[in-house]
Order: sequence, then C-alpha cells, then structure tokens
Amino acid sequence: MNLAFFIDALITVVGVTTPILLAATGELVVEKSGVLNLGLEGMMLIGAVTGFAVTLNYGPDLGDWAPWFGVLAAALAGAASSMLFAVLVLTLGSNQVATGLALAIFGIGLSSLIGAGYVGMIVPSFDSVFPDRLASDPLWRVVFSYSPLVYFALIMVFAVGWFLNRTRAGLILRAVGENDLSAHSIGYPVIAIRYAAIAFGGALAGIGGAYFSMVITPMWAEQMTAGRGWIALALVVFSGWRAGRLLAGAYFFGVLMTLELYAKASGFSFLPSQFWAAMPYIAAVVALAVISAREVAGSEAPACLGRPFLPNS
Amino acid sequence: MNIEAPLRLKLAGVSKSFPGVRANDNVNLNVKPGEVHALLGENGAGKSTLVKMIYGILAPDEGEIVFDGSPTRISNPRAARRLGIGMVFQHFSLFEAMTVLENIALGLDARLSPRELLAEFTRVLEAYHLKLDPRRVVSTLSVGERQRIEIVRALLLDPKLLIMDEPTSVLTPQEVEQLFETLRKLATNGCSILYISHKLHEIVALCDTATILRGGKVVAHCDPKRETSRSMAEMMIGANLKEIAKPTSRSFGASKLSAQGLNLPKPSEFGVALQDVALEVRAGEIFGVAGVAGNGQNELLSAMSGETLAASPEAITLVGRQVGRLGVTERRTLGLCAVPEERNGHAAVGEFSLTDNGALTGRDRMEMVRFGLIDPGKATHYAAEVIGAYTVKATGPGALAGSLSGGNLQKFIMGREILQQPEALVVCQPTWGVDAGAAAAIHQAIVDLAARGSAVMVISQDLDELLTLCDTIAVINLGRLSAPMKVGEVSIEEIGLLMGGVHGDPAATVEMTEALHAHPA
Amino acid sequence: MRIRLEKRLTPSRFMQIATPIASVLLTMLLGAIIFQLIGFDGPRAIYETFITPVVASYKWQDVMTKAAPLIIIALGLSLGNQAKIWNIGAEGQYIIGALAGAGVAFALPNAQGFWVLSLMIAAGIVGGMAWAAIPAFLKIRYRVSEVLSTLMLVYVALQVLNYLVSGPWKDPNGHNFPQTPPFTPAQLLPHAIAGTDIPPGLIVAIVLTLVFWLLATRSVYGFSVRTVGAAPHAARYGGFDASRTVWSTLLISGGMAGLAGILEASSQLGQINLGFPSGYGFTAIIVSFLGRLHPVGVFLAGLILAVTYVGGQVAQTVVHVPSATAGIFQAMMLFFILASDILVRYRVRILRDAPRPATAEAVA
Repeated sequence: MNLAFFIDALITVVGVTTPILLAATGELVVEKSGVLNLGLEGMMLIGAVTGFAVTLNYGPDLGDWAPWFGVLAAALAGAASSMLFAVLVLTLGSNQVATGLALAIFGIGLSSLIGAGYVGMIVPSFDSVFPDRLASDPLWRVVFSYSPLVYFALIMVFAVGWFLNRTRAGLILRAVGENDLSAHSIGYPVIAIRYAAIAFGGALAGIGGAYFSMVITPMWAEQMTAGRGWIALALVVFSGWRAGRLLAGAYFFGVLMTLELYAKASGFSFLPSQFWAAMPYIAAVVALAVISAREVAGSEAPACLGRPFLPNS
Repeated sequence: MNIEAPLRLKLAGVSKSFPGVRANDNVNLNVKPGEVHALLGENGAGKSTLVKMIYGILAPDEGEIVFDGSPTRISNPRAARRLGIGMVFQHFSLFEAMTVLENIALGLDARLSPRELLAEFTRVLEAYHLKLDPRRVVSTLSVGERQRIEIVRALLLDPKLLIMDEPTSVLTPQEVEQLFETLRKLATNGCSILYISHKLHEIVALCDTATILRGGKVVAHCDPKRETSRSMAEMMIGANLKEIAKPTSRSFGASKLSAQGLNLPKPSEFGVALQDVALEVRAGEIFGVAGVAGNGQNELLSAMSGETLAASPEAITLVGRQVGRLGVTERRTLGLCAVPEERNGHAAVGEFSLTDNGALTGRDRMEMVRFGLIDPGKATHYAAEVIGAYTVKATGPGALAGSLSGGNLQKFIMGREILQQPEALVVCQPTWGVDAGAAAAIHQAIVDLAARGSAVMVISQDLDELLTLCDTIAVINLGRLSAPMKVGEVSIEEIGLLMGGVHGDPAATVEMTEALHAHPA
Repeated sequence: MRIRLEKRLTPSRFMQIATPIASVLLTMLLGAIIFQLIGFDGPRAIYETFITPVVASYKWQDVMTKAAPLIIIALGLSLGNQAKIWNIGAEGQYIIGALAGAGVAFALPNAQGFWVLSLMIAAGIVGGMAWAAIPAFLKIRYRVSEVLSTLMLVYVALQVLNYLVSGPWKDPNGHNFPQTPPFTPAQLLPHAIAGTDIPPGLIVAIVLTLVFWLLATRSVYGFSVRTVGAAPHAARYGGFDASRTVWSTLLISGGMAGLAGILEASSQLGQINLGFPSGYGFTAIIVSFLGRLHPVGVFLAGLILAVTYVGGQVAQTVVHVPSATAGIFQAMMLFFILASDILVRYRVRILRDAPRPATAEAVA
C-alpha cells in the first residue's frame, strides 16, 4: 500500500462520513432540547430527492449556482418534513418513537414518489472550493479536494458545540431538554424552542441527504441513504450527546463504511462482503453497549428525552 | 412603614377556573411594601393557582392585578420578573445536571458575562450570609442547598415582592430558622413577601398579616399574632377540628415486623444508602419514622415492602418469618402491605381504573386470580368495596385513578391496603397533599388498624402528624435510623437535632455529609 | 375564537374506535387530493387502492394472504408497545425466523411427514426469538435502547440473508440467481385450507388474535405488561418485574415475527431469495398503532393494511402511480392515528373570546 492509496482511502472516509455527520449534528440539537426524532432516514431521503430535483430543473438557468440552490432546497425540504413530526409530537403530544418512525416511512415513500421521474439522470455537482493547484495536489488534496458540504459539515459540528456550551441560547436549549417543567415555570417557551430545534435538525438532515444525491453519486436512486439515518441516530447516543465525540464517532463509522466499499472493490476477501456491509450496524450495536455500560446513567443525556410535554394538562 | 404608600400588590376579584373546578373565586388581597403576608389554606384551597397568576404562569379568567399602584397584566414569568416579582417554587425549578451558576443564569433575564454573574452572586451571598458553591452540580446538593439556589435566584432580581411556595416542607427546624432570618432581613429592606404555607406556627412566627383561602375563596384576613393556631386552622378547614379517637390505654403484642442490620446500597446516583437500620413494630403499635425529605425514607419503604431486596433473609422479619429475600408479592401474601409516598405512578396508576388499581396490590390477598386470569367481577367488587368503606368520591370502580382528587385517591389507596387485613402496614407520607377531612379519615383508619392488632409503620416528614399518631418514633437521617423513642417522653428539639444529623456520633455524621456531597471525580 | 384542550376524566371509548376509522377515511380523502394535484387520477387511485381489493372477490385471497403476516407480527408488537418496549426490528426477526426454518428444511432434504413442517415452524419461532433476544439482553444488561438495537439488527439480518442466499445456500440449479433451492412438498404449507380460499396463515392469525385477546385483556401477565408501560414504579410496587417484561415482550414479539417469516417462506414462496424481505415487519408497526394495540383492532387493521398492499399494486397497473404509493398511504394513516390520539384523552373546546378586563394588552 502506498501513500496515494492511503490518501484515496482517507478521502473516501471523509466523503462517506459527511452525511451522517450532518444528520447527527442536527439530531444532537434536537435531542438536547429533549426530543427524539427517529425520522432522520426519511428527512434525509426527502432532502436527497429535493436537492437533486431542484438542481436538475434549475441547473440550466442558474449555472454554477444550481447546486447551492439544490442544497438550500434540500435544507428547506428537510425542515418542512420535520415540521410534520413537530406538530404531532409537540402540539398534539403524540408518541415520539412512533411519530418519528412514521416520518421515516413517509419520507421513504414520498421521496420514491417524487424521485420516480428522476431515476438514472445526473446533476452537475459543486465546483471545488479551493484552487485546482491545491485540490489536485497529490498530498494536499487530502485537505482541499472536497465538496463545500464537507467543510460545511465540519463547521456545523464546531458551531453546534460552541452554541450548546458557550452561548446563553444553548444553555436555555439544554435547560429545556433537562427539565421542561422547570424551564416552563421560569418562563422559557419550551414548545417554541423545540420547534426551532426540530426544524434545525430537519434542515441538516436534508443537507445530509442531498450529499448522497448531489455529491457522492450524483444521481437519485430509491432509498439511496441505505440506513445511514439510523447510523446517525446511534452516533448521537454513541457521542454521549457531546459535539466533540460526535465528530470522532462519525469518523469511526466512516472508516467502517469505507471498509465495506473497499471490501466490495478488492482486498478483505477473507470475510464475505456482506460481513463488511453489516459491519457499521454491528459496530453501532456494540458501541452502544460499551458506551451505555461504561457511563453513569444519563451523564449528558437530556433527562426529558422522548417525554411528551403538555403543560396545560 | 408608611401606611400611605401605595400597595405593593392588590388583587381585585381575581377568578380562575379549570375543567370542573373553580380554583379561585373572586379573590381580593392587599400586600403592603415590606410586609410578610401569609397565604394560608389547605391543599386544594387555590393558593398555588393564585400565586401562579401573580407570577404569570397562569392567566386569570377575571379580575385585576395591581402592582405598585398600576393595573398590570402579567403574561409570563419574564414579565413578572421585570416588575420585580420573584418566586421560590415548592417543587424547585432547577436543572439537576447543571451547575449552581448555570441554574442562576437561567433564572435571570439580564445577559451577564460569567464573571459579572459570579460577582453578583457573591454579592448576594455575602449580603444575606448564605453559603453556596457556584460550581457544584445541583444533583450533588442537599435539599436545603437547592432551595438556597432558588432564593439567590430571586434575590438577584432585587425583588419588590417575593413569593415563597411552601418553602419549609423540606427543611429541618434549624434550617427553617435560618430561612426566616433571611426573609426578615429582606422585609426590613422593603421587599414584600407572600408566604404560602399551611403550617400555622410558622405563620405566627413570621408573618404580619394572613389571608385565609378555602375552596378558592377568601374566608378571612387576619393578624396571625392575634389568632391562635387553632382558630386559624378552623378558618382554614371551615369546621371544628376532629380529634382522632385513639384508645388511651394501649398494650402491644408480640413483634410483627422488624429489621436487623438492614444495609442497602444507593439505588441510584441521587438515592440514599440505608445503613444498619434496626427497628421493631409490635402488634397494635404505631411506629413513626421522622426525617427531612431525601434522607432514605423512600429507600426504607422499598426495603420493607420488598421492592428492593435485602442482602440476607434475616434482615427483615415478618411475623416470625425471615422475608429479607422475598419479593413484593410473597411478602404481601404473608401479610405485609405498603403505601409509598408518591400516589400517582407509584401507589397507583393514574391512567388505570380504580378496579385495575385495586387488582394492582389486592389480586392475591383478595383471591381475584384463577389460572393466571384476573376475575373482572371480583376486581370490580373489591374496588367498589374500598370506595364504599372509605367514602372515596369517585364515579365508580371504572373511574380513572388520575381523575380523583389527591385526598380521595389517597383514601382509596389506604383503604385498598387496609381492607386486605395486613399483619403489618408500612405507609410513607399518608396525608401528604391531602385536605384535612381526608387526613383525619386516614389517621383514624390507621389507628383502627393498629387497634385490631396490626403493626403499623408511618414514615412522614410532618412531625405534628407523627406526634399525634404514633406510640414510638425514630428519626432517619442520611440513611441511618435513630434508636426508638417513646412519644410523650421526647422533645421536639431533640427530634429536630436528630433530623439535622446529630446522632450519638457527630463525627460520623460529618463524614457522611461530606461523602454524600462530594464532587463526583 | 380560541381552541382549548381539556383533559377528559376517562378516555373516550367512542374516540378510541372512531379515530382509526377517521384516519383511514382522511387518508383516502387527502390521498385523492394529493394525487390529483400531482397529476394522477386521484379518486381513481384511491378507489383502486382501498376499494377494489374489497369489492373484487378474486382479490380476497390475496388480501388474506398479506394480512396474515401483518396481523401475526403486529399482535406481538402490540404487547411490547403496551409496555413501552419498542421493537421496531420485527423485519429482522421475520427474516431470521424464515432463515432458521429454511435451515431446518435444508438439513432434512428427504424427510417426509408433517413433523418436518412442525420442526421448521418451531425453528422459525426460535430464530425470531433469538434475534430479539440480543436487544433484550443489551437492554437489560447494558441499558441499550431497544429502539436503535432492534433496528440496527434489521440491517445485519439483511446481510445474513444476502450472504446465505448468494453463498452457502445458493441453489446450484438456480442459474446463478441469489436464491435457495425450493422446499420439497413435505416442507410446504398448503396454499389454502381445502375447499376454501382461506390461506392457512390467516387461520393462525385468527387463533393467535384470540389467544392474545385473552392474554392482553384478562391475564395477570397482560396486566403486568400494561402496568410496566403505564407506570414502572407502580409495577414494581405491584410485584411485577420490569426486566422480565422486557425479556418476555421482546421474545414474544420476536417469536411472532419469526413465525410469520417461516409461514411466509413455506407457504407463499417455497424458497428464500433476495426479495424475501417485504417490509411486513415495518408495516406491522402501523398495524399495531392503527389497531390501538388491541388484538381485535390489530386484526382489523391488518386487513386494512393488506388491502392497501394489494390495492397499491392494482393502482400501479391501472392508474400508473409509482410503487411507493401504498407506503405513503400507510404512513399517512399512521400520522393521522397518532395525531388523533389526543382526541381520546382530551376534549377540544372551541371558545368564544371571553371578555377581558380593560387592562388587557395583546399577548406578546
């Protein structure tokens, strides 16, 4: 194995990590506010198909800007679909597990419906952010050759970490997830804050989905997120609800998913390729067990996670 | 005090209704600047609803709130704080996993930098001689310290009116004295205090005036210094107080329920470990366990009822049988019934019918089960029997437990256990949050059960309740139970000291206090 | 005018029954509008999806065949959901159950007699249970949320299936398709009860509905499950062990999913291939909620969801809606039933604006 191979592998890792990192970063904020949105997979797919469709349809008019509009549309679509969940869970007090699941199923169906006409087409993707000299440098491409969404994802993790731990708004958001009744009695608008958190989570999930259809392939295929939304959910638990560990955990899963790609292409034939395909999921289960066993119960987990809040009942 | 100064707070004809309840009906109330004003009433009299409207958590249906002379509509707590209204909640509005300083910051609307906040915090602590470590995580603090956070939070606003909702229910008598110090000082500085309580001696000790609520209506304004506890109690309850009929000459039979060397580790991060607990309750005896909240009362109840198993069978003995390793159902079959403190969600399931709640504990002793199936007829019959025998106000056995008032549900729960004719009954906070009528009925039922030869153990934070009800009393502090004392031979001061943790061995107590409050590494 | 929610003193029986029906009707109405808007013949799509399978008798067997696995899986899930144990990986248990049963079949290629099938079915149940035992163990021992672990294991099960049908169990005479050899006649359930169109799976579903009805509404066990779900502390106080509930509900729901899997493999397909996972495990979650976790409700909801499966295919060929249509309708039904849940517990009051005191100012 030479350096070029190693760098290629690293670039692949960064690529496959980005969508789950985006989705998990959004979900981290949602869960910190005390809401469990299991619908990541659905929101990602809706984002994927919307981003793709908008880029394709407006590409000729917008030229280089088309992918950016696509991503914006994906974010809006993700946020819009998350509002469906939010209304049920926050305003109508429905069960969060079941509602999240409904959103996942709905997203899978809706994206297939919208995407039926787009199968097999290809969209133009982003231009490189950095000059070609850097982006195709044999060594420095490991830093400079990515889609802008990769850098965006990294910025978002740090921004969210800073927001949660260093800002007053972040403190209030955590307080709402920690004890909604107390936050309510002090006078914070619990429901409104949760709506905002869910919308943010939906937007990032949408962008994460768009990464599949606009950067990785770049084309639309039914259920192309292939369960990564669920991995992102596990990643949030795995991170212990901390942004720093979320980033590290995302790359851990990214490495495992890269192994799967490489196993299909070559190498690692001592184990069947299905083993490598199952690996991220097995690892997720094992990681959850290790994390849960080691940590004192609920150290960073929001105490109100998943509990409905109906103050006037 | 200048009589001519405008009133700090004036309520005129304030009313508020909830489905099926008129919580406040045409309430009028005046609070002068610098006055300590008691709001007195039974549980359910509408005190909490009233102050929630003053603090902007609820909106009144009718009426007017006048603050410092100008009519205002307080739409949320933030608006209340802007006016200078602070509130210390009965159930604290704290965030367990966050630090003291973060909790303080959340209670303030001003955007202060951490350093400014810390300076302000220190200033208030010094001004009122309070002690609190700003960096500690709330979950590691004692109840008294937690209350101090709430108070500091309110004091940082430089409040003109401070609302205290049942502040002393979780404090030792000594801590109560300390709190009163702080409040008197505040009042001297011109802050009005609206003090909610049903503890009459506190009101006599602290307050300048009192407003008494009953059934949502103001029944009297009075000067507590000119009233007796009894006269205020009668205004509060609206009837003459009923005495508990307790046989004067009492003899106790053989030991029915006892614990020996009962040790249990902390059930959770926030729990208390039981250490070497020993007790004995004889037939016909009512044994009281006093203590400040959070000193192992719930853990003791779980250990006795079988929800938590002891390490060895001999730790707990029930009518001559060693039951330390037997579970709830087995102990119940042998005649040990229990009533935990929390009604909704522990002693009863709010979203279940009374029939189902009857079957929850009564299914075996009342023979409702055949071939693994519950006989619905028998279950309904038993629930109806309890409702009838204890005059529970409910639409019938099909009513949801959660739809009953606190007092009625508690009567149902107590009745459900007592009608099972237990050899021994362990109850925790039998009359917590229950109106006086229901409390009297529950007390009478406990006395009658003991008179029939059962052993009864009452765990309560209400010292008055224990002193009227019990024959023997012991104090629990940090999971240790004191030696038993005969009621009538022991002074309140003595019990108070034990509640504060002065056992025979003060060194050990200090050590344990430190261990309990140590920072997690 | 303001809308106010008032908590009911007792949950409304009427709403418990009316809301699932309303959910189905609303889904039809909204579905028709949406499909009309996006350029299909909306009313026709709805008619073909929801009505054709009910009125066209030649579709009935199809509906019953699809309803059977849905009902069987959903019965198990409903029990767990009552205890607030969320097994959302029934699809995985369904796959592993089928594989376990198939494994027995391939180990006994020449055996004859009904006991072969019995053994296969037993293996199917055990396989599903074993797959569900992993999340149960992880939940009890390491407090891992079963929501995530059951789901992750679906993807692992898919890869196990993929590996077996394209590797060790691949049919040597299968033209290199990823599929197992066909079961022998002794390993196959009949397609229908003799003399009727009723598929045997539906008989199993009917019997199990009755069993679960007794279990859930009358037995001490069912009572314990409900209590654990409603109030864990009260359950412990009443002498019910939460760990045992976790174990038993996950094992029962896993076993039911496994049973559905092997019944499907040994009656419908007669082999296992890559197309075996059909989403029944996920749809059963919708069935369970639409049936309000009540066994009889689950039975009816299973029939309705089966109708949308069959009708979805009809609409696909007749109105040319995409294959995802049925999934969207199913998700819409779940949304509606969850949204209307609040009507069971609350009463909606529409209030005229009450006169406010003169000092009132606009709410910020």
